Amino acid sequence: MVKAVKPKKAAKSGAISGATRKRIAEEMQKFPQKRGALLEALHLVQEELGCIAPETARELAEIFEMRAVEVMEVVSFYNMFHAAPQGRHHVHVCTNLPCSLRGGRSLLRRLEEHLGIRAGETTPDGRITLGREECLGACAYAPMLRIGDTYHENLGVELAKKLLDSLE
Amino acid sequence: MGLKVPHTTNYLTEHFGDDGFVSLKGYEAQGGYEAARKALTRMQPEKLIELVKDSGLQGRGGAGFPTGLKWSFMPKDEDRPRFLVCNADESEPGSFKDRILLERGPHQLIEGILIAAWAVGAEKTFLYIRGEYSEPARVMQQAIAEAGESGYLGQGAMGTNFSHEVVLVRGGGAYICGEETGLLESLEGKKGQPRKKPPYPAEFGAFGMPTTVNNVETFCHVPHIVRRGAEWFRGIGTEKSPGTTIFGVSGHVVRPGLYELPLGTSLEQIVFGHAGGVPGGREIKGVIPGGMSMPILPAAELDVPMANESLRERQTMLGTGGIMVMDDTTCMVRVGCVIAHFFRDESCGQCTQCREGTGWMEKILNRIERGAGEEGDLEILLDVSAKMEGATICAFADAAAWPIQGLLRHFRDDFEMHLRHHRCPFHEGFRL
Ligand SMILES: Cc1cc2nc3c(=O)[nH]c(=O)nc-3n(C[C@H](O)[C@H](O)[C@H](O)COP(=O)(O)O)c2cc1C
Ligand code: SF4
Ligand code: FES
Repeated sequence: MVKAVKPKKAAKSGAISGATRKRIAEEMQKFPQKRGALLEALHLVQEELGCIAPETARELAEIFEMRAVEVMEVVSFYNMFHAAPQGRHHVHVCTNLPCSLRGGRSLLRRLEEHLGIRAGETTPDGRITLGREECLGACAYAPMLRIGDTYHENLGVELAKKLLDSLE
Repeated sequence: MGLKVPHTTNYLTEHFGDDGFVSLKGYEAQGGYEAARKALTRMQPEKLIELVKDSGLQGRGGAGFPTGLKWSFMPKDEDRPRFLVCNADESEPGSFKDRILLERGPHQLIEGILIAAWAVGAEKTFLYIRGEYSEPARVMQQAIAEAGESGYLGQGAMGTNFSHEVVLVRGGGAYICGEETGLLESLEGKKGQPRKKPPYPAEFGAFGMPTTVNNVETFCHVPHIVRRGAEWFRGIGTEKSPGTTIFGVSGHVVRPGLYELPLGTSLEQIVFGHAGGVPGGREIKGVIPGGMSMPILPAAELDVPMANESLRERQTMLGTGGIMVMDDTTCMVRVGCVIAHFFRDESCGQCTQCREGTGWMEKILNRIERGAGEEGDLEILLDVSAKMEGATICAFADAAAWPIQGLLRHFRDDFEMHLRHHRCPFHEGFRL
């Protein structure tokens, strides 16, 4: 299984690093078929490179011995993977029903005004991508948003704005 | 996370206020892993399956399938590798109980998994956790490592010749991967599109091998049943739905949060007694009792005991126990729009009825909400939703149709007012 992971000669910019390739190889060992590690590999690669661009998908396809188009199909099926670069910070506001009952939608609207962009867009300086999100399992602590990996719960509008302003 | 400790039986969450409980030491101090030791060293797998059958435990992932019976479906006398899957994809809007079970009681879950693995003869568990749950994943990863170092997992668990390994898998953010065969596809590194059944997972599951899929909470009940017996378990809850569950209360209540209570506790008791009722002296308009896929109940029906048998009589279901409370300022057409949008967005697109039906429902509801609804729209809505039921590869289409049917059943007035006045009559106190 590991032999499929041929480290490239020189890591060009935007290429999957040797360290990540090694971790992917380790993940593959955990599954009866190496493709089981694909989602984890996508997470790892996106954490490293910021997105799964078509050329990255081609690299992954080589590692997993699949076709690049299959990798891209998987990327586009899941909400968390992106084929194009995003802002430095991803801010996801939950607008599903329970959060909306406690102000989730108005929080999103106020943050759109604050940042001058609509949900789904990135600020011109590339600082923040604002997104609307489906239920994140924090319904009792609404309104809430997620920045990268971190949940921020029971947020007032002013507090949320401050939080966004503090992002580099 | 603000867990409220309930006043009655709460064996699952009893120690969740104690930070030490997350560690192996803290868990052992409360008798942790004794049930697994008992099961692995003194109980034959068949005996264990009988015990779980006798307990009457029903799956807590939404469908309420009897757990012991599901375990008994695993093929006997076969030497293919077998797997267990722990469904920690929790994405049903209104549900957030699995998150706390993962974050606050990781070893309780691992112990439940280990016992189940012994019962069905599984060598490996894939713990499939939704990608957004970074903190629960971190806690679980650490607990899995600890359990491995202490000889609970891995080669020769607890001095027996049984070996079990738990592999954590992060999802990619797709609601449909909570459906068990969508999950299996995702686990194999594919798009999470549900499989046609049969074959069922017990025959053809993860990587084509015999597999049992259970929800996080389902596993967590198991050590308690092994430790205290089937009779003890049946003494809690109702005759047909024994045990407790963790209700998640959200929406217009004073104290939203998680409440572990016996099944059969009345919805009224949960909403008023535990969650403190509606703030601001307002009245309740409707309550969704079991996560967003389940039909709503009007205020007049809050006396219903929260168990599947009694909820079915009211044309709804317990689902995942996610209770959403809506006060009298809530526009039920708007609620329908939010629900329909979610299902349209998350349909995996394999079945025409589901792909097209969810789109139609959203379009018609949005048009009614905007005041541009037309005569006959409600009939079309009901017709589309009826065609989605029972006609697709997975139950997602039913889950999309039911809540809209429920809104029309109980709040048809709201819809007709929109049609009559060509606008939403709920601007005052409009909170959606
Ligand atoms: C659309 C859909 C989404 C589902 N999402 C989940 C989920 O997030 N978590 C879960 O445990 N079960 C979910 N289920 C139920 C699973 O298919 C399966 O019945 C369950 O994991 C079995 O576990 P249990 O018997 O312990 O309840 C979902 C079902 C459907 C149809
Ligand atoms: S019912 Fe919907 S979600 Fe389920 S398989 Fe068909 S299209 Fe996909
Ligand atoms: S609805 Fe927002 S976290 Fe559940």
